[in-house]
Amino acid sequence: MKAWLRQHRHAFARALPRIELLNVVVIGVALALPAGGYALLESVRAVAGRLAVEPQISVFLDAKRTNVDALGTILKRDPRVVRLRYIPRDQALKELGAVQGMGELVAALGRNPLPDAYVVTTSEENLESLAKDVAKIPGVAQVQADALWARRLATLARLARTALWLLAGVLGAALIAVTFNTIRLQILTQRDEIEVSKLIGATDGFIRRPFYYAGLLQGLAGGALALVIVGGSLALLNREVRLLAESYGSDFRFAFPREPDSVAFLVLAGLLGWLGAHLSVSRHLKEIEPR
Amino acid sequence: MVSFSAVAKRYRGGEEALKEVTFSVEPGELVFITGRSGAGKSTLLKLIPAIERPSSGAVIVNGQNVGALKGSAIPYLRRNLGLVFQDQKLLYDRSVFENVMLPLAFSTHSTNEASRRARAALDKVGLLARERSNPIQLSGGEQQRLAIARAVVNRPSILIADEPTANLDAESARRIVDIFVEFNQVGVTVLIATHDQGLVTQYGKRLLHLEGGRVQ
Ligand SMILES: Nc1ncnc2c1ncn2[C@@H]1O[C@H](COP(=O)(O)OP(=O)(O)OP(=O)(O)O)[C@@H](O)[C@H]1O
Ligand SMILES: [Mg+2]
Repeated sequence: MKAWLRQHRHAFARALPRIELLNVVVIGVALALPAGGYALLESVRAVAGRLAVEPQISVFLDAKRTNVDALGTILKRDPRVVRLRYIPRDQALKELGAVQGMGELVAALGRNPLPDAYVVTTSEENLESLAKDVAKIPGVAQVQADALWARRLATLARLARTALWLLAGVLGAALIAVTFNTIRLQILTQRDEIEVSKLIGATDGFIRRPFYYAGLLQGLAGGALALVIVGGSLALLNREVRLLAESYGSDFRFAFPREPDSVAFLVLAGLLGWLGAHLSVSRHLKEIEPR
Repeated sequence: MVSFSAVAKRYRGGEEALKEVTFSVEPGELVFITGRSGAGKSTLLKLIPAIERPSSGAVIVNGQNVGALKGSAIPYLRRNLGLVFQDQKLLYDRSVFENVMLPLAFSTHSTNEASRRARAALDKVGLLARERSNPIQLSGGEQQRLAIARAVVNRPSILIADEPTANLDAESARRIVDIFVEFNQVGVTVLIATHDQGLVTQYGKRLLHLEGGRVQ
């Protein structure tokens, strides 16, 4: 056990000088892209998640002329209507008051300016035709196809997410390639040492271990640098965003990835570095005599 | 301790470097392997630590059939052997001391004990004062002695040296062989390959003469 620890400490010590700062920077910058994209997207998603993204129509009623139940029956009979929800004006005001930054406004109003409304859920393709038809029903004051922008945002977010995964895949492969090449060059420059080590009884594991550690540590260091870059960039961004958000009465901020996400990211970066080292060592160590 | 029976070695695309070689070396013996250039001396020595494998026949070292050894067992075989190579194979990017420390990296000694052993080995070959030098600053004879120190630092039971006196004047050559004789006197089995028959006959030890890959 003690000997085992000593072997690993030794390999670790030999790996440290093999980590190349320039590579760490390259890996860090490369990984900062998907990590930063992830942070931005998660922040936006947290907000978008609170918005209605189903295809919905708000049907506002003309208070003086409408029989609420009769209109409900008509709407319910339409096959394009998936779901129907009635929102009396009192409840609407209460909900509005609960929205951030609106509470004071509502309190200042004194009386309720909102109409009664039906919220009709339909399907994406029926949205426009249904909105047009419902507008013609007597007693309907106004029809509004809600949350169109929110749904566009959600679609956009999904697209961005896919793009992000692709980017992460490509840059992950780049990390493996960078490590592969670094380790290849190191094996070449340490040919003599490797040869002598083999001749005096070093096991394969003993020779490989420092390279594995070098790959792992280089990946970890690159990943850590990426998180630092992301953290710094978000802090800068948030200085601007805060002003903008405050003018809308929001406390929106771009959030740094949560701890489990950051840890998973670091572990993945380390593993990819290790993998690059493994591929390189398996391929290039064989070329050195004696076998 | 070391025995060859009907060993042949044919390099890929080459002629047979060794043919029907049979001999054995007893524990505590010192044997000089002599022969002209190309006679097969290096090939014979390389079979012992499994740097090369025999094409046929059996090479037995410490009771193990080296030719049949699995790749993963070879490092442990080599740790029990002290090897001095024809081209020394010193590392010139580190000090004399660090060169001698190399084989101790995979022993179980503490760092203190390892340093103590490395210095003891350097002392035995008369290089302790040069421990901080780079091997490149050493003379040919001193480099050879450094290679010996590295070979003995793990206290192997068998010491194998390929042309340790090549390119040395008679005085330095004798000094090198004397060092091997001293190790032999404390019980180490020693095999030395050399083409300098005149140098080694004066020691009155066993000679194994190779000619064209055969023991004469
Ligand atoms: N790696 C190799 N591949 C092919 N042929 C080889 C190889 N090594 C040695 N030989 C051949 O095997 C024969 C014996 O070589 P070896 O090196 O064993 O001789 P030697 O007695 O050590 O010579 P020297 O005194 O010059 O060192 C020679 O004909 C040589 O050309
Ligand atoms: Mg030779």
